[in-house]
Amino acid sequence: MMAHYEAPIRRPLVTGDKTYHDVTLDIVAPVEGRANKSWWIVFSIALVAFLWGIGCIIYTVTNGIGSWGLNKTVGWAWDITNFVWWVGIGHAGTLISAVLLLFRQKWRMAINRSAEAMTIFSVVQAGLFPIIHMGRPWLAYWVLPIPNQFGSLWVNFNSPLLWDVFAISTYLSVSLVFWWTGLLPDFAMIRDRAVKPFQKKIYSLLAFGWSGRAKDWQRFEEVSLVLAGLATPLVLSVHTIVSFDFATSVIPGWHTTIFPPYFVAGAVFSGFAMVNTLLIIMRKVVSLEAYITVQHIELMNIVIMITGSIVGVAYITELFMAWYSGVEYEQYAFLNRATGPYAWSYWAMMTCNVFSPQFMWFPKLRRSIMFSFIISIVVNIGMWFERFVIIVTSLHRDYLPSSWTMFSPTFVDIGIFIGTIGFFFVLFLLYARTFPVIAQAEVKTIMKSSGERYKKLRESGQSLVGTGADPRTSGGPVKINLDGAYIAKPQEVSKGETVIAEDSHGAESLTDRLGSFDAATQKADDLKVINGIGPKMEEKLNVLGIYTYEQVSRMTSKEYTLLDNLTGSFPGRAERDDWAGQANNLK
Amino acid sequence: MASTVIHAIYTDDDVLMNAVKEVKKKHLHINDIFTPFPVHGLDKAMGLAPTRLAITAFLYGCVGITVATLMMNFIMIEDWPQNIGGKPSFSYIENMPAFVPIMFELTVFFAAHLMVITFYLRSRLWPFKKAENPDVRTTDDHFLMEIDATGKDGEELANFLVTTGAVEINLIANEA
Repeated sequence: MMAHYEAPIRRPLVTGDKTYHDVTLDIVAPVEGRANKSWWIVFSIALVAFLWGIGCIIYTVTNGIGSWGLNKTVGWAWDITNFVWWVGIGHAGTLISAVLLLFRQKWRMAINRSAEAMTIFSVVQAGLFPIIHMGRPWLAYWVLPIPNQFGSLWVNFNSPLLWDVFAISTYLSVSLVFWWTGLLPDFAMIRDRAVKPFQKKIYSLLAFGWSGRAKDWQRFEEVSLVLAGLATPLVLSVHTIVSFDFATSVIPGWHTTIFPPYFVAGAVFSGFAMVNTLLIIMRKVVSLEAYITVQHIELMNIVIMITGSIVGVAYITELFMAWYSGVEYEQYAFLNRATGPYAWSYWAMMTCNVFSPQFMWFPKLRRSIMFSFIISIVVNIGMWFERFVIIVTSLHRDYLPSSWTMFSPTFVDIGIFIGTIGFFFVLFLLYARTFPVIAQAEVKTIMKSSGERYKKLRESGQSLVGTGADPRTSGGPVKINLDGAYIAKPQEVSKGETVIAEDSHGAESLTDRLGSFDAATQKADDLKVINGIGPKMEEKLNVLGIYTYEQVSRMTSKEYTLLDNLTGSFPGRAERDDWAGQANNLK
Repeated sequence: MASTVIHAIYTDDDVLMNAVKEVKKKHLHINDIFTPFPVHGLDKAMGLAPTRLAITAFLYGCVGITVATLMMNFIMIEDWPQNIGGKPSFSYIENMPAFVPIMFELTVFFAAHLMVITFYLRSRLWPFKKAENPDVRTTDDHFLMEIDATGKDGEELANFLVTTGAVEINLIANEA
């Protein structure tokens, strides 16, 4: 069909022989399955780091900010560095879900859910710092313009720190509803598959009763588009406002007009690097290599390369303007960065941010998963140093030489930062096990245009009409129930008498369809390896003449129904667990 | 008389699209279609009116910028016109640049949230809402078209729907 036309030059975004049903199965697998050992190990490490961070925060709040390495010249260091770093990381999520949506980039669909999760979780980390770096955090509510008993004493709307409050809270809340609205159809899918009552209840609650009506989808798409249109200027404005914390000051090294776009470029740069880091691990851990392909990683690397180059241009512009300005304070600020006591951090920043993304010009390197993983981590280190360099080197030496000083962090500074990293991973790991990590409803819309299976069908000149059917969930004769009392029960696939009537002649027909097993020439497989088949069920299958993965892999919805009728236990179980798909991987 | 509906289940989006056109040609009334993902062009084929959510978002945005302006004008200019760092607080327009970030943020905030709330209310979605898709397979890979069958011959309708590619047809009698 022309509706699914896509230029042959485009490589498939979903590799392998995937149907709509496969997308469902692959995405629910980590949610329905159990966490493995490595998940628990990583989760424990993250949790310990988080708890350590909480300890440091409590220590700060109860003992005072003096427990940090700040002094009366350098009043902002790790706190705001980490704040800006986390906010920056958060920006890629919105970029991927909003900007790439506006540009109709289909490759965003496999990564937007996780990128948005990353946004939410990193903005939560960022949001901690403005509170805990306060001297009197229990009075934090005074930043809100609430009518009060002090003659109604208000806030001052001239301060970028107040703009930050509005920017960050708007950003977090809008990202959250954007993410949640997109999750509804996916939660609904898990809800409709759930068999455990508790799981069913939870996902019913989370899915808000999403039913997938045509009208709902029409509104859903409009809402997504408008939210993308709102989120794009939002993401630009939020980091712009964060950059105003510095750009509106009078400090040499801070007071520049280039900060708003340059901070945003840096945010996209570091955010994409973080997405890359997380997805390279996630595709492996939850086996989503067919959806997050090397092409996705390559495209993210290209974005990293472009934004890295923008950041590079900004560095050069700053240096040029400092020289061109003729202001000796400005010139000294940059001389101090390059040759002063913090030159090591300046050069670390330069190396990580300016040089490392340039490797991405080489196709061989940007298509290497290992290499992009390393570079993505390097970029995040570099971007941390960028914020550190901007903040600390501009403060520790400015107008009055008598106020010049140094800064070094204490274990509390470091502990809080480690704590936020731990908290971030705690949230992300919990998310990866309970949320649909890929927007399945969106991926299903591009299957026929960008799925490898359908691309091949189309290239061979076949029509795609009717190819969405999966033999494991449908097929067989048309079922007609006209008695007027039909109620579809969960997991009930067919009740229509017409199906069974034809193949109710027992066990032979099952082996006729699946192929028979000859004990003399073939070896029986261990069917218990298949998730959902226990020793009891294996026995029953053996009685029916099913011994091999080969046989199981040929099962379709017809065989499942027949099997349910013959064994009489766990109706719908085989289809739900996708025995055929599992066996196919095993044989 | 009890009303009856027919649920026709399809397994492919393109087949469904063609079926919708056929059903429309026959002047049958489609009550609803439940799909696992947005099928592009389905609303057009069904003849659904376009949604006005974008218009509401624009209006909510206007509310947002009004709230921001009135709030900051009252607080900064009318209630306590203080000198904070030499900023001119004589009139709103004189100190307007400092108010732009918050005017912008509140516009986005109001537009985004109120539109989403409108969507949830309009589509009747909330935490304890019971799902209304008649068949659980419609969130996986099946497509369900519900057609009004009151006073029609079920047999004939079913046979027609089979020709449009339906793989399963259920006649459902609604009480009341």
